[in-house]
Amino acid sequence: MQDKYVLEMDNIRKAYGDNVVVDGVSLKIKPGEIHALLGENGAGKSTLMNILFGMTMIRDTGGFEGSVKISGEEVKFHSPNDALTAGIGMVHQEFMLIPAFSVSENIKLGREDTVPTVLSRVFGKNMDRLNHEKMEKDARKSLDAIGMNIDEHVRVAGLPVGYMQFVEIAREIDKLNIKLLVFDEPTAVLTEDEATQLLGVMRSISEKGIAIIFITHRLSEVMDVATDMTILRDGQLVATKSVRDTNMVDIAQLMVGREVENMRATGGQFALQDAETAVKITDLHVDMPGENVNGVSFEVKKGEIFGIGGMAGQGKVGIPNGINGLFPAEGSVEMFGKPLDLSRLGEALDKGFAFVSEDRRGVGLLLDESIGYNIMFRQMAIKNGFLRGGLFDGRRTQQHAKDMIKLLDIRCRGWQQKAGTLSGGNQQKVCLASALTLNPKVLVVSEPTRGIDIGAKELILNYLTKLREEDGVTVIMVSSELGELRSICDRIAIVSDGKIVDILAPDAPDADFGLAMSGVSKSEINEKGAE
Amino acid sequence: MENQKIISPNMLKSFFFENKVALMFLIISGVAFWASGMTTVMFFNELSVRIGRDTFLVLSLLIPVVAGLGLNFGIVIGAMSAQIALFFVVLFGGSGASGLFTVALVATPIAILLGYLVGRLFNSMKGSEMIGGMIVALFAAGFYQFFFLFFLGGIVPIESRMMTSSGIGVLNVIDIGASPSYMRQALDNVTMLHILTVAFWAMLVFVAIMLIVRLVKKQAITMKGPLSIRRPIFALIVLAIVYIASGFGGMAFVNGFTLWLYQDRLNALYALWWGGLLAALLMGYAIIKAKVVEKSPGVPIKPIAYLVIVIIAFLLSLWTPVYTGLENVGLPVLTYLIIIGLCVAIKWFLNTRLGQNMRSVGQSRPVATAAGINVDRTRIIAMIMSTVLAAYGQIIMLQNFGVMNTYSAHENVGLFAIAAFLVGGASVAKASIKNAILGVILFHSLFILAPFAGANLMDSTLIGEYFREFVAYAVIALALVMHAWQRKKKRKAKENE
Repeated sequence: MQDKYVLEMDNIRKAYGDNVVVDGVSLKIKPGEIHALLGENGAGKSTLMNILFGMTMIRDTGGFEGSVKISGEEVKFHSPNDALTAGIGMVHQEFMLIPAFSVSENIKLGREDTVPTVLSRVFGKNMDRLNHEKMEKDARKSLDAIGMNIDEHVRVAGLPVGYMQFVEIAREIDKLNIKLLVFDEPTAVLTEDEATQLLGVMRSISEKGIAIIFITHRLSEVMDVATDMTILRDGQLVATKSVRDTNMVDIAQLMVGREVENMRATGGQFALQDAETAVKITDLHVDMPGENVNGVSFEVKKGEIFGIGGMAGQGKVGIPNGINGLFPAEGSVEMFGKPLDLSRLGEALDKGFAFVSEDRRGVGLLLDESIGYNIMFRQMAIKNGFLRGGLFDGRRTQQHAKDMIKLLDIRCRGWQQKAGTLSGGNQQKVCLASALTLNPKVLVVSEPTRGIDIGAKELILNYLTKLREEDGVTVIMVSSELGELRSICDRIAIVSDGKIVDILAPDAPDADFGLAMSGVSKSEINEKGAE
Repeated sequence: MENQKIISPNMLKSFFFENKVALMFLIISGVAFWASGMTTVMFFNELSVRIGRDTFLVLSLLIPVVAGLGLNFGIVIGAMSAQIALFFVVLFGGSGASGLFTVALVATPIAILLGYLVGRLFNSMKGSEMIGGMIVALFAAGFYQFFFLFFLGGIVPIESRMMTSSGIGVLNVIDIGASPSYMRQALDNVTMLHILTVAFWAMLVFVAIMLIVRLVKKQAITMKGPLSIRRPIFALIVLAIVYIASGFGGMAFVNGFTLWLYQDRLNALYALWWGGLLAALLMGYAIIKAKVVEKSPGVPIKPIAYLVIVIIAFLLSLWTPVYTGLENVGLPVLTYLIIIGLCVAIKWFLNTRLGQNMRSVGQSRPVATAAGINVDRTRIIAMIMSTVLAAYGQIIMLQNFGVMNTYSAHENVGLFAIAAFLVGGASVAKASIKNAILGVILFHSLFILAPFAGANLMDSTLIGEYFREFVAYAVIALALVMHAWQRKKKRKAKENE
């Protein structure tokens, strides 16, 4: 059987420099199959799809190894357009629609039906007049095919967000030779009803013989609609299974299942009950594009290291940014019983928070200024530190900067070196030094180890633990790396869809973490089991 | 959906809010008119001249805005190409209306080349075309000055009345109206009879070529379907009837009609009435078609709104000051026809595949790229079209003046066009033909009235002149601020949802 698989990706390997992101992954998809592609952030899902679509960034970084076959024939795509011509479509996570255009214009975007005119005989097809009647008729047909009864004349701008997804799907269906559709987190922005409807549409598409790759982190949806699944972890193929033969807990285990490197000597013996409440957050909403927070409540005890984890784009990064007033936020944040005014920038800093941003080059540092100035400028701006008679106190700054460089082992040529010329890990240490200079009661660190080397990572994590033990500083740490959260935190809140799904102990089973990250709390599963 | 709207106080409110920039200028113009003490005859005369002069140039900005290049100063480059072409055509003895057409022919390749270069440049600075275009225009002005001040005469010896007495460099002011050029208002002054004759023969040749091509290519000649020849044939028949009635372009056998056709100006009052009648008939047809033939539900708001506007305009024209004002104004027929033709052409163009691509690119570059549209190429084409149209616009402007200020004629072109667009309710991201025309009318009203109002109020003519400058820049600043306010309000409304 030549045509058994629509898509065969065989032994794919891709490295960016020395960093291998996908290693020996194979993916085989039959016509009419809904194949779930699962894995944490950074597991290699996006890279695999970029390879499939022939994105230029793959070629620009040295191409990939392995082979891609469509319907049994080996292909080499040079651009996404080649993939489109070969019958592979993508339903994007962020909508590729033009709000000011009508639904039918969007469905036909770039592939408009036209009729020739006098001018097009001279200047070519570009001068063809649009055939709105045919465009609308075709659009109607595609919309009917997926069971949408929206009017094809209305502008996309007026549609509910969820419907836009369906317009995108209609566009892909409208392409005549479509064989394989990739859905990238399609339910992320949908309401529950819309998500159910979407899953129905996916099923009816697959019944027409079109294969679907379904990228998602919601395991319940996978169980609901997918027939097969491939699980990736750290760029490696973990398992290819039929959905029938497995269950949610197994999948969650496979997705997360890595050994926890326990760096802490004293494991989780922090006496939570006795300590006073340092931070109390009630119903926090943050409007941070791509990281929305929709009503989060939790309490952090004095001297605790509180971890916040979850997948990218689920809102965990929005929490610290909201508290610090960098993005519009609503809700109440109390610090040792005193409420913060979230609308005032700098309020959090005044009240004793210090924030190490995940965006160290954008928010954290003044790249063209010296290490010394970077360490002290917040203190100077907020608490009038390092000033003598209203003037900059250079000697004290120098002394303090030197102390900090020694304390955090910042590898540099001296306190006057520009922050922008440091390596990522050392920049992060400068950010941390700057935060510590504020003498915070609560230290909020966001993605403190992103993009830095192992040595710096260890030093920073160790220092956070030390800070708590020696100075009694409360630490809230947001991180995508579950492993590092589990190695130093006392409790870990897992955020999904802008809400806290579960607050887990660091030694809770892997499956619990995996389930929570896909939006299912353990208690829910237990309830379901009881039914 | 659109037909089912019912007029509500909320809709009126949002109508006023959406059009607040235009409404505000209407009010300011009203006050200025009252303060200026001008008669309507003077005002309408001046306005009709300025509309004819400037509208084409303003419209040349529309396509780049649609393609997402924003309100940019690239059209200054187009104006320069026109001036270069004009100089050489006058130098080699071109004259009259035919001379002007030669200028357009010569300016086209120059404008295409320069437009291509500007387009390439804008592609490498996406998002900051407005400031980029401004700097490019200043930079190009340097080259332009070098060319006219030194290159001509200094390096290439030229003997002409247009050169300075030293023989190096071109004079500050070139009179293109004087003998032997006769280009002053050569377009404005083409008689209707001429236009009719040329139009008839051009249409005849066009239809003939079309039929021959189809016969040679063995394509069907049908009266139906997408390739029907119904429209050209119909147009040819209408033109033929009028042409015959005119006595084959001169023999006066329908005497009054032919004599009337010998004019080159159309009385504004009659133009308004006939235009209004035509619009009313079209709107009536649209309403009947919607209600009786297609039986679509709801009230057809749009045609009714236009009908109301037509009726208001008609009633207004009966009011004595407006009546006498319009009665004494003659519209230059060919210039206005060219402008109307451009409007129709732009509307048609935006409905082609390329036009749709430009709209897509203008709305969102990433989405257009994902849909397989070549964004860079589309933007360059838009820029070329705009530059060429701007060159034509500048020719219309210069022939109306009758003189060319060699070193400054292009200077204010971009500024005034952008100001007019903004006053007409366009924004950096969105513009329509309606915005352009409304903008030209309002901006120039204020531009005419401001100096008089200033002189009257301050009792000094000098201050009046300053008022004009003040108005031009204040308009841009104010319109931009008001647009920013509108965006803010919209964002707020969105958040509240």
